[in-house]
Amino acid sequence: MTVQGESADHQWVDDHAGPVVRPYAVTRGRARPVTGTFDLISLVTATRAEVTPEVGLGPEHLAIVGLCQRIQSVAEIAAHLDLPVGTIRVLLGDLAARSLVQVREPQTTAGLPDNSIFEAVINGLRAL
Amino acid sequence: MDYGHSDRPAGATPLPTAIKILVAGGFGVGKTTMVGAVSETRPLRTEEVLTESGVGIDDLSGVEGKTTTTVAMDFGRITISDDLVLYLFGTPGQDRFWFVWDELALGAIGAVVLADTRRLADCFPSIDYFEGRGTPFVVAVNCFQGARAYRLDEVQAALNLDPGVPVLLCDARQRESSKEVLVTLMEHAMKTREARRRAASGD
Repeated sequence: MTVQGESADHQWVDDHAGPVVRPYAVTRGRARPVTGTFDLISLVTATRAEVTPEVGLGPEHLAIVGLCQRIQSVAEIAAHLDLPVGTIRVLLGDLAARSLVQVREPQTTAGLPDNSIFEAVINGLRAL
Repeated sequence: MDYGHSDRPAGATPLPTAIKILVAGGFGVGKTTMVGAVSETRPLRTEEVLTESGVGIDDLSGVEGKTTTTVAMDFGRITISDDLVLYLFGTPGQDRFWFVWDELALGAIGAVVLADTRRLADCFPSIDYFEGRGTPFVVAVNCFQGARAYRLDEVQAALNLDPGVPVLLCDARQRESSKEVLVTLMEHAMKTREARRRAASGD
C-alpha cells in the first residue's frame, strides 16, 4: 500500500510506523493518544469550522473536525468514520493537543450531585 | 438531535452531559433490537481491535505479530435535552470479551439484562457480572413467539435474584415496551443510589 500526494507523504516516513496495515497506519503506528483518555461517550466538538491541512494532520483528522461540527461521542465518530475506537482516540489526542477539538468526559454516577439527571432521563424517556 | 449550530462561537459551546446504559444478555436475545427500538437513529456499530491475549484494550505496541480480534458493539443515542444525551450500548455477547465489558460498564448508570425464557441460563453471566460490579440492573424478559410464558416471580426465583431487582416482561421490538424497561431501570438506579448514600452516611 503506497500513498502519494504532498499532504499524505509525511505520514509514511515515521520509522515507528511498523507494518503498513490499516487502521494503525492512520495513527502512524501509535497505540495511545498524546493527550486525554477519551471514553466511548466522551463528547467532542470542533473548535473551528474548518481546518486546513497541515503537517501532522491526515485526512482522518480533517474528517473528524468535519464530523464534529455537530457534537459527537467518541463511539459515534468511530462508527461514522468506520475506524476502530482505539484509532479514533489517537487521532483525537492529536486534535486536542492542537486545541482543534473540545472534549467533555462523562460524569460518573457517583459524581452526580443529585437525582436531577435521573429525573430528567425518566421524564425525557416518557416524552419520547 | 439538532446540535448543528454553525454560528456558535468557536470553542464556547457548553457540551452536554453524556450518560450510558448497557443492554446485556445472551447471543440473539434482542439486544440490538432493543437499542434500535428506542434510539433516535438506527443502531451504529463501533469496533475495538484487540489482541487475542486481551492484554489491555488499547495497547497494541509491539504486538504486530499477534492475532487480533475485532469486537463489535452496537449502540444508539437518545437526546434527552440540549444538556443531556443518553447512549445505549449492546454488550458483546461472547464471554471471552469480558474485558470489553469493563470499559463499557465503567461509568454506566445501569444495565438491562435481556432474558429469553427458552435459554434462561444465557443471561446468568450478565447477572453475575453486574451483581459483582454493583451496577444497578433490571431483568427484562423478551417475549419471543412460541416461548412458554412464565410468571415473573418464577423467573425471579429461577435467576435467584435479589428481591429488589425489578423483573419485567417486554417486547424488545416495541418502542413503548423498551422505553418502559429503561424507565424502570432509571427508577431502580435512582433508588439504589439513594440507598447507598443513606448507608454510606450511616442513617
